[in-house]
Amino acid sequence: MSVKSLNKPANWSSADPHFRPNRRRRAIMDPLFRWVCFFATFLGVVFLGTVLGAVFLRVLYPAGAGAKSGIPLGERFSDACALLRRLVVNKPGIEASEVGYRVGLVGSAWLLLFVILIAVPVGVGAALYLEEYTGKSRWKTLVQTNIANLAGVPSIVYGLLGLTLFQRGLGFKSLALGPCVLAGSLTLSLLILPVIVIATQEALRAVPQSLRLAALALGATRWQMIRDHLLPTAAPGILTGTILGVSRAIGETAPLLMVGAAASLLKVTRGPLDRYTALPVEIFYNAKEPDESFSTVAAGGILLLLCLLLTMNFFAIWIRQRTSKRPGLAGSMRTKRGG
Amino acid sequence: MASPDLSPANSGPHSNTVLRTESLSVFYGDSQALSDITIAIPQNQITALIGPSGCGKSTLLRCFNRMNDLIAGLRIEGQIWFHEHDLMDSAVDVVAVRRRIGMVFQKPNPFPKSIYNNIAWGAKINGFLGDMDELVERCLRRAALWDEVKDKLDKSGEQLSGGQQQRLCIARTLAVEPEVILMDEPCSALDPISTAAVEDLMEDLKADYTIVIVTHNMQQARRVSDMTACLMLDANVSQGRRVGVVAEFSPTDKLFTNPTDPRTEAYITGRIG
Repeated sequence: MSVKSLNKPANWSSADPHFRPNRRRRAIMDPLFRWVCFFATFLGVVFLGTVLGAVFLRVLYPAGAGAKSGIPLGERFSDACALLRRLVVNKPGIEASEVGYRVGLVGSAWLLLFVILIAVPVGVGAALYLEEYTGKSRWKTLVQTNIANLAGVPSIVYGLLGLTLFQRGLGFKSLALGPCVLAGSLTLSLLILPVIVIATQEALRAVPQSLRLAALALGATRWQMIRDHLLPTAAPGILTGTILGVSRAIGETAPLLMVGAAASLLKVTRGPLDRYTALPVEIFYNAKEPDESFSTVAAGGILLLLCLLLTMNFFAIWIRQRTSKRPGLAGSMRTKRGG
Repeated sequence: MASPDLSPANSGPHSNTVLRTESLSVFYGDSQALSDITIAIPQNQITALIGPSGCGKSTLLRCFNRMNDLIAGLRIEGQIWFHEHDLMDSAVDVVAVRRRIGMVFQKPNPFPKSIYNNIAWGAKINGFLGDMDELVERCLRRAALWDEVKDKLDKSGEQLSGGQQQRLCIARTLAVEPEVILMDEPCSALDPISTAAVEDLMEDLKADYTIVIVTHNMQQARRVSDMTACLMLDANVSQGRRVGVVAEFSPTDKLFTNPTDPRTEAYITGRIG
């Protein structure tokens, strides 16, 4: 076909006996698909915006007995700030205008601490064993499949497991922990273990094989190689996965309802064997209160929880961004190098 | 359990031979990679392993420092001797072997650490007792890299050029005081000038170390080595699969000017391979 005919679209179909493209359909389908994908993205953003907006409105315009109308927006903001401050500082009570999430926040902090102490060493250790110490074997495939499946198990099932295993100690009095922080932490640790294992495995796989060989060829033991080269190189990936996993644990409510988080606790938790409650659990019970003024309290709690989780996720993203820009690690984090 | 002493003091009657294989065969799963390899690597000389792709040169090289242990499903038959120690003995401490028999890889692979720590790390983990600064300088000087990097020892080793990186890797190997240096196509990723620098370095290191080099480049083998082993794929094996064998092992001059094996002659003159 000559160049001249390319300049005359009208003549194409008559000039080419072998191809007859459906031009009209193409002109519709191509942009249509683009818009379908755009709306799929947009939908998610709209829902997130709606949730955040609804929560903010509920905090700015309190419902129930204390509701006042006709106040300027500036005053509403200072009211809302005062409300949030009160929610952080105060303990639960009977009056909706008095209650706060102090006990839940402290409980969540205890859970956070013990989940990190339990889940990170176990998860990273398991990932190291699977990636660095076992070759390809049926046993590894089996374990790997199980871990992937565990990541998909509903959290309420972990709650039941934690109830039987940790709180009741399988029926043995001496093993039963009772409804304490430790039982809750162990349950949440089990819940996020698969997340940490899989994230760590991904991070380890991204470390180039040539780095391992270089270390071993110098007469290093596997432990020295892992400690000085593998873990530092994989650390950003491990940290990102860990933060995402832990932030999931902090937001969980269902398993904690099973392992004895208290509906309303007046005493601040002081140790791992104390009774506890958590921020999402308190929100859950406040939202269930028939008194409408409690819904503002619940909304305020949700705002606190969202701030906490978004901050953690922001840190995870920040760490990932920062390392992918660092010259020394950039290549090794993005692609496998060497054989 | 006492692991055999790997120091050269125990070297015994074969003091001129550092590494020796006897009827060595290597299998990857069911398929055989090397068959009946018997060669002796002489001390303070450069031995080149040449041959067509896939004939098992690198596999043979990795046998000498047990790097093949890292490959799942690989099986070795026959014996490998380091002085008078059987390297395949289950009592041998692999970590000690790898310190005595260092390795430089095809692609420069410095640690993502400072130039200083690239050298110091190997010495540190092996319990080096002396002055670390002095060791780093000595190794970098020995690898002809000191003048180029002395002002930026705290910079990342990955910022050096390819040729400098490869010399850094050699310097890193020297820091743990090996007796043998195995080089797996050390110049294949380098430009001609860097290649010449590494070749000069090898010539210089020969006085203190025994070097075994795998190379695809016959000119390089001819330039640098004293002994050359030409590996070939042998088709006359009953399994019907081609297996690597040593076609000829002789002094480099003789192998390239007057080869006894017809396959070697065909390979070095470029008719096969």
